[in-house]
Amino acid sequence: MAEPFHSIPRAVHRNRRWLGLISLLMGLLLWWLVSQTANLPSFILPSPLEVWSRFLVALADGSLFLNTGVTLFEILCGLFAGAGLATVIGYLVAKSRALERVLAPYLVASQAVPLVAIAPLLVIWFGPGMFSKILICALIVFFPVLVNTVAGVRAVPPALNDLMHSLRATRGQILVKLEIPAALPIFLSGLRIGATLSVIGAVVGELVGSDRGLGFLINIGRGQYDTALVFVAIFMLIALALILYGIVAWIEGRVLSWQEWRKA
Amino acid sequence: MSTAPILNVRNLTAVFPDNNGGLRALEDVSFEICPQEFICVLGPSGSGKTTLLRILAGLLKPTSGQVDFGDGRQPRIGMVFQQANLMPWRTAIQNIMLPLELDGVDHASALARAQELMDLVGLQEFESSLPRDLSGGMAQRVAIARALIHDPDLLLLDEPFGSLDALTRERMWTELSRIWQARQKTVIMVTHSIEESLFLADRVLVLTQRPGRIKLDLTADIPRPREDAMRYTPHFGKLAKKLREAIG
Repeated sequence: MAEPFHSIPRAVHRNRRWLGLISLLMGLLLWWLVSQTANLPSFILPSPLEVWSRFLVALADGSLFLNTGVTLFEILCGLFAGAGLATVIGYLVAKSRALERVLAPYLVASQAVPLVAIAPLLVIWFGPGMFSKILICALIVFFPVLVNTVAGVRAVPPALNDLMHSLRATRGQILVKLEIPAALPIFLSGLRIGATLSVIGAVVGELVGSDRGLGFLINIGRGQYDTALVFVAIFMLIALALILYGIVAWIEGRVLSWQEWRKA
Repeated sequence: MSTAPILNVRNLTAVFPDNNGGLRALEDVSFEICPQEFICVLGPSGSGKTTLLRILAGLLKPTSGQVDFGDGRQPRIGMVFQQANLMPWRTAIQNIMLPLELDGVDHASALARAQELMDLVGLQEFESSLPRDLSGGMAQRVAIARALIHDPDLLLLDEPFGSLDALTRERMWTELSRIWQARQKTVIMVTHSIEESLFLADRVLVLTQRPGRIKLDLTADIPRPREDAMRYTPHFGKLAKKLREAIG
């Protein structure tokens, strides 16, 4: 049989797993070339090697470990709190038009105000400790998870609802055996967005005012013209976001393996 | 066949609210069904067939009238819909087990029952297939097995073969006829196919166009087991003609 016209060339297909790595190396190479040829002082653009050695120093003196740990802790607390609350409220909103009407103005308003604008306020109210960061993080996670929970619960096929009712299923059974599995695909898409946003939430809070965390490291690096340290902190943030995204994507692959497009 | 009716439908009327005085879907529908009878409700689209079935399934409250079940308790219902209506995240056998799970039957005996039914509908090898990998006919057979597993008092079929191609549909008639003979369930099936109703039913009720009223209650006195060839006999043709005229 002829190959379908849209098929990826064989060599590319075989090496697909390496493509990401190759593109990453190309980017590093480009960065290195620019830092070498543009003749910029290292507090403007450090070379990849300088950033790497700064990374090793920060790793050795323990500051990287501590600050990444703090940020990760804030992210996880914020993510769980924000996503958990959004799931419960989202389910109730999906079930009740009246509740939706009551909450809609606040929900939309919360999205219209940029988080950077209210972050200082929250730090003033709740102090420079971790709690204000967790709160900011939860706030930023809340909305995408809520919207997707509502969409997911409303996407439950009415015919399956009829089936459950014809079998005299209880509310709890409908929730566990129908609504949760049916809403899961859309819900998890929301959680994936929320997971990446949670990193932003924590760092925005830390940048505003903190004495620990990756955002704090960025502030320190900026103040001391230690630009390599800023780069190290940024790369740690990217790594955290990638890991969180990867975890959610992995969960999706596990629990949604029944989806049509996931067919091997 | 015992004569005490298992189901008594009296003066059933269903009106859906709309902008001008309400849409009358059913009007004054009355009939009785004996245990193990196979009834087809035949009618053009918009005759309230599905509304009738939804009322019997308890999914809809009638505007007026009564539905009484023989011994006064709520009957156990097995329902098959126009689409197979399987849960895409469950395998074929898990879909079949659903009604028993809801009843709190333990896993081992539910599994054994489901395997029995997989055999009955001829899908033994597809136990662990997901709905996405089943053809339309196979999916509908899974749906039939699911409707039978909890041993319902009443089997309600809402144009179950409407979405299948003609050849598969005819195969499913023979299949359903065989399953019904094996299980001896009371069945109410909604259809708009005259041939389908005569091939399967003991009695055919013809509903009129909106509002749906019972226009004809025809006994399909065709011997069982029914075979393909019977659809071409003069008697079958005569009954079909009667039904056709009643539909108008």
